[in-house]
Amino acid sequence: MFFAILLALMVTMLLVIIRLFAGPTLYDRVLATNSFGTLTVLLIGLLGFLTERPEFLDIAMLYALINFVSTIAILKFFRYRDISRGLVQAPEEEQRNA
Amino acid sequence: MISPDTAAIVIDALLFTFLVITALAIVQLRHLFAVVMLAGVFSLLSAGLFVSLDAVDVAFTEAAVGAGISTVLMLGTMALTAREEKKSPHPIFLPLLVCLVTGAALIYGTLDMPPFGSPDAPVQTHVAPDYIARTPVETGVPNIVTAVLASYRGYDTLGETTVIFTAVIAVLMLLGWDTKNRSLARNARRREEDREKGDEA
Repeated sequence: MFFAILLALMVTMLLVIIRLFAGPTLYDRVLATNSFGTLTVLLIGLLGFLTERPEFLDIAMLYALINFVSTIAILKFFRYRDISRGLVQAPEEEQRNA
Repeated sequence: MISPDTAAIVIDALLFTFLVITALAIVQLRHLFAVVMLAGVFSLLSAGLFVSLDAVDVAFTEAAVGAGISTVLMLGTMALTAREEKKSPHPIFLPLLVCLVTGAALIYGTLDMPPFGSPDAPVQTHVAPDYIARTPVETGVPNIVTAVLASYRGYDTLGETTVIFTAVIAVLMLLGWDTKNRSLARNARRREEDREKGDEA
């Protein structure tokens, strides 16, 4: 059971790394990084159950949060070249920034 | 059915293989955005390895700093500089030799180390038992690492924090972080435009 999960996880990780290397577009790479974060979450969960410490799931959840925030940060950076800017802006500010 | 120990070794070996593949890809690629993303993956892989070595807190710091903050910082640097890496004019043989020799020396250094997790290792027999015995009585902090950092070495930690704080302030002042317009990239672009205007005039 664990062996099957491990095998599936490792094959998926390798595929994601290949996609990250090959590209070709920017969004393939962002998506690959995001998927890799999800795979790390799964790996930590798997390690937790493998070593009979299911409380590792809490840590895995924290990783999921970090992964989400960093993906948003990367995408925001490519949309606005700036992280401190809000996603929703007041109309006059939007005009000024355009 | 395989035993958990074997599975852990298999996981470690595969993670190390992926780490090497990622590192080679980072060296090979010239497209800096892909390199930044691969560096994030490298950091996540190391975090996985740290978790499997039971250093959960180190792993978490690695993931938060390596995959989170540094990715964003490197993207910020990329916005200010270039997107492609220039080919180095120097030959690679000397650096390769230095790397190989250093790596061999490090591996040689690990040969007479006690086995991983051994209770007889000097790190377990020197001051650790003392701290384990004293911490609950003297500080009342349940986590011994926290007790050492925040209580026994409190002044040291305060000094470190002051150094980091000063460094951050200095870097922000150098980069010109003004409060009205909080965009480093925009400031840089504006400075460039000003310079071009100055050249025309």
